[in-house]
Amino acid sequence: MLQVMAGHDPKDSTSANKPVPDYSAALNGSLKGKKIGVPKEYNVEGMPAEITAIWKQGKAWLKDAGAEIIEVSLPHTHYALATYYIIAPAEASSNLARYDGVRYGFRANEPDLKDMYELTRAQGFGNEVKRRIMIGTYALSAGYYDAYYIKAQKVRRLIADDFKKAFETCDALLTPTAPSAAFAIGENEDDPVKMYLNDVFTVPASLAGLPGMSVPAGLDSQGLPLGLQILGRPWDEETVFNVASLIEKQANFIYMPQSLTTKAA
Amino acid sequence: MAQMIRGNTGDWEIVIGMEIHAQVTANAKLFSGASTAFGAAPNSQVSFVDAAMPGMLPVLNEKCVEQAIRTGLGLNAQVNTRSVFARKNYFYPDLPQGYQISQYDQPIIGEGKIEIDLPGGELKDIGITRLHLEQDAGKSVHDQHPSKSYVDLNRSGCALMEIVSEPDIRGPEEAAAYLSKIRMILRYLGTCDGNMEEGSMRADVNVSVRKPGNPYGTRCEIKNVNSIKAVQQAIDYEAARQVEILEDGGKIDQETRLWDPAKGVTRSMRSKEEAHDYRYFPDPDLLPLEFESSWVEEIKQTLPELPDEKKHRFMNEYGLSLYDASVLIAERIRADYYETVAKERDAKLAANWVINELLGILNKNEKTLDESPVSASQLGGLIDLISDNTISGKIAKDVFADMVASGKDAAAIVEEKGLKQVTDTGAIEAVIDEVIAENPDNVAAYRSGKDKLFGFFVGQVMKKTGGKANPAAVNDILKKKLG
Repeated sequence: MLQVMAGHDPKDSTSANKPVPDYSAALNGSLKGKKIGVPKEYNVEGMPAEITAIWKQGKAWLKDAGAEIIEVSLPHTHYALATYYIIAPAEASSNLARYDGVRYGFRANEPDLKDMYELTRAQGFGNEVKRRIMIGTYALSAGYYDAYYIKAQKVRRLIADDFKKAFETCDALLTPTAPSAAFAIGENEDDPVKMYLNDVFTVPASLAGLPGMSVPAGLDSQGLPLGLQILGRPWDEETVFNVASLIEKQANFIYMPQSLTTKAA
Repeated sequence: MAQMIRGNTGDWEIVIGMEIHAQVTANAKLFSGASTAFGAAPNSQVSFVDAAMPGMLPVLNEKCVEQAIRTGLGLNAQVNTRSVFARKNYFYPDLPQGYQISQYDQPIIGEGKIEIDLPGGELKDIGITRLHLEQDAGKSVHDQHPSKSYVDLNRSGCALMEIVSEPDIRGPEEAAAYLSKIRMILRYLGTCDGNMEEGSMRADVNVSVRKPGNPYGTRCEIKNVNSIKAVQQAIDYEAARQVEILEDGGKIDQETRLWDPAKGVTRSMRSKEEAHDYRYFPDPDLLPLEFESSWVEEIKQTLPELPDEKKHRFMNEYGLSLYDASVLIAERIRADYYETVAKERDAKLAANWVINELLGILNKNEKTLDESPVSASQLGGLIDLISDNTISGKIAKDVFADMVASGKDAAAIVEEKGLKQVTDTGAIEAVIDEVIAENPDNVAAYRSGKDKLFGFFVGQVMKKTGGKANPAAVNDILKKKLG
């Protein structure tokens, strides 16, 4: 699918005009001579033993495929989550302004224009969306902009530099996808920070603009899926795919959510 | 020569800075391919991007960037090869995105300056703070329905250049001169048509007053000033209002005010407290705008001679006064017309004819120069006839009136009507002898010292020759014969 989707889009100013590689040709099943980095900062306190174990398993699989596993450091990892939750809501607060009920989408039926705007947005957006609009609007406000948005942009640069440095010594990174197993729908709704914490391993790559992929690698004791994440250099989806295909093969992850298996039966 | 306001406590100086919004001359909008033609049916020139449909992304129009660079060069300003587009966030029905894509702390054009011409032949430099590119909003239409307002998005997304001046302007006359000069430069460059009536050029005026030598006072921003005259009136009113408040012991509130042309007053629109918090931040849909300085050089090579350069050249090359030069360079087409007329002719005579006769008659008939019934080479032909003494300047005016009416060449008219000047001294002498013979009393009076009668004799000779006698020859011969 990526093979079809990838490439330059002249109607998207942020898309790069680069030739698209043949991704499936990269799946050669060998990591001979490749170095896989393991960031020590991803070994967070309080991470369940099952996740540490699946991470260790992943390293072993890649070693078997010929890779050398090395430890790397991404010192600003700790700040990634806070940075992401400034920048992403800031953009979202502005991106979502166009959903005003005028040209498309849900519209609250109010005779007064201002009431219509306010109720359309109050009724049409869910809690998480509203929360992000509030956070983003606040972070961009006069008097807070320098302290939040500008600071976050600077930290984002530091995070990107961390990765750049790490990729000087390795070809790809292997990390757990999340510091805990998946939580149930609605479980953390009244504690958004706890919910956001689950993104701690995935947002740094998003901030740095790197290709990444999560592969289901095993189950925890409750039967919930645990994933491994592979991060590559900018534009190096090929290595990410190659590493991921090895993990997919070794993990032989055949489990399906209970709801699906029950239905099928 | 700054205009002061005389108050009860002494003179007050008016300090003005201006923000001019100029619509960029380009076929397509700043970030979409929709047309920018004026006068189309409402909402007929709106792309999905302009209507802010979900998922639509802006793509910068290179032509608009080129126009901004041209303008920057025309304003003698710094061109920044790296600039950043930022979002200015606010809700308004004619702003479908909920934000305007503009430039904030990193504009495409930095500091520059232009020269303005003041009455009395004075020149003054006005500093340009910056110029940035931004999207225009749509238009809210309130007069089509008793209770509804309509929105026309044709203008939504059109490229604007916002030109910000330093607070160097002192009074309504300077403000008018600044606005005219900016408009002239934009028109010369072909980067904006400068039509204030169509809204393709609009000005916001920041006005404050102070006692000369004191620090700047608190300013008010006046919006909705849509003509040069309105700018002058609004400043006059606003400065007087501020002086009155200050002299009554009050203080000026920093606020945005609206010019009401019908009542001739400015009204408070929103106070500083009510001012929008625009939450500017770099637009994540667009990369920073970067280009090579060689492109700037390339554009520089294509710049026309600018009004001020032309003005100084006309003064040096043709020996024109500052006033004449300023009048002639006001429009590029006028300057070109003049140069065609002046080429290899008496440049000052050409200037007089273009300014006093041609522009005079066009003005009277409410016509523009491109509608002129007399072409530059035709006017040149007329001037040739004056220069080689075929006709006198006085006859030339009649011939010119004929040219305006008929569109014919001067030489043809002179030929047809037999207006050729009589330079044959024998013929002139004969007429003069006649006049002397017919007016013995006046001759005697003149000879006894009534010098003023000389004009009477000239008049008589001209009358008899139908104005065709060469005035210089008539003077010479008359003096001899009467002397």
